[in-house]
Amino acid sequence: MPIPVKSLKAQQHQFANPAFQLEVLQHAGTEEGDFPLFGAKLLEHQLYPLRPTGTTILQVNVGKMCNQTCRHCHVDAGPDRKEIMTRDTMQLCLDVLAKSPQLTTVDLTGGAPEMNPDFRWFVERLSAMGRQVIVRCNLTIILANPKYYDLPEFFKKHRVQVVSSLPYFSASRTDAQRGDGVFEKSIKALQMLNKVGYGQEGSGLELNLVYNPSGAFLPAGQKSLEAEFKRRLKSGYDIAFNNLFCITNLPISRYLDYLVESGNYSSYMEKLVTAFNPAAAANVMCRNTISVGWDGALYDCDFNQMLELKVQPGTPQHIHDFDLTQLDGRQIMLNQHCYGCTAGAGSSCGGSTT
Amino acid sequence: MENTYYNPADLKKFGNISELQPEMGRKFFDYYGEVFKEGALTEREKALIALAVSHAVQCPYCIDAYTSNCLEKGADENQMMEAVHVAAAIKGGAALVHGVQMMNKIKDLTM
Repeated sequence: MPIPVKSLKAQQHQFANPAFQLEVLQHAGTEEGDFPLFGAKLLEHQLYPLRPTGTTILQVNVGKMCNQTCRHCHVDAGPDRKEIMTRDTMQLCLDVLAKSPQLTTVDLTGGAPEMNPDFRWFVERLSAMGRQVIVRCNLTIILANPKYYDLPEFFKKHRVQVVSSLPYFSASRTDAQRGDGVFEKSIKALQMLNKVGYGQEGSGLELNLVYNPSGAFLPAGQKSLEAEFKRRLKSGYDIAFNNLFCITNLPISRYLDYLVESGNYSSYMEKLVTAFNPAAAANVMCRNTISVGWDGALYDCDFNQMLELKVQPGTPQHIHDFDLTQLDGRQIMLNQHCYGCTAGAGSSCGGSTT
Repeated sequence: MENTYYNPADLKKFGNISELQPEMGRKFFDYYGEVFKEGALTEREKALIALAVSHAVQCPYCIDAYTSNCLEKGADENQMMEAVHVAAAIKGGAALVHGVQMMNKIKDLTM
């Protein structure tokens, strides 16, 4: 099936509507009935209400604009998305960080975060504050325009940890998920990152890859797949990297659309529910992360952000009201998509959680 | 009784075979789980072997289960099809090698 070049939003697709997605999620089930509510599942394991264990990561979504329209994208990002974080909102994030030393890591995501016109301005300031900066770079952006060619050098200068999606070490599986020609460009971009030292032993420049399944199945064991990726990328393309993060696709937005369109929705949800792992649930990323939307709104994670499920009512809802003590006491907002983070070995922006 | 001998929904009921013989069922599934753990072979290699055997024994449940399992374990389509060819080669070879038996018999029976 070809990948549409327009976002669901631009297509005025029903799955662009978070309320509709939640409606579909809440009525998922098999012939035997609806799946148990995620909160009830946590309650069985003494994990409800789910609360933070101490926030150390500020994940900032600097905008939904992207040069790609990946088939599984939970953001519904693409070239037609205009939601972009302003420098003023970035400044509010910097102000919060200045008074919150516990927030040691800033994780920048999008869209393609590099397309935000103030991206470099923001990274320079974060780096000057001594924060560990992570950039979720889709790789092809580095080759998308000459103005991005020096991104590897820029990342190096600010000791940015680069985290990049590469769903497979073959073109067919990668391009099926991310678009025609993405694999070839991704390989070139990885070679450029390697050239400045990323992923090379002793350089201290961390390059991590993200594997998420290109289809309706769960990811493999992280260690075993990492070894296979390292072997295949080294022998085929002379590419080195540090870690592979295995991430489960969460059933929202474009991936939810794919599941429904391909007739895999119920069986995929059943897989997630059956594979519920309490140990993974105890380590979900929303317990140590706050997610900031392009407009400054606060969420428990990037997935809740896309479903417009803000942090618990009664706690600060926007970056200008940020109060870490209050937020660390909040109850995390849950829904049926959360089964995606607790299946098998667990899933987070840093890979498996067990 | 179903109208067909195979029903995809029966795959997830595999564990129910223990209902009529719990002890043997338990021993089988414990053994099964142990076999597929990472050992001298990786889980992916074992999944590929299982996929090949599934084709050799022509079990639709196994083909369904181990196609998914191979994808989950990170095998690619080329590896999976090569595994099926290994099964086909052994199945074909097993038939053909009996040609020697046939030739021996021909020799016995003819002038």
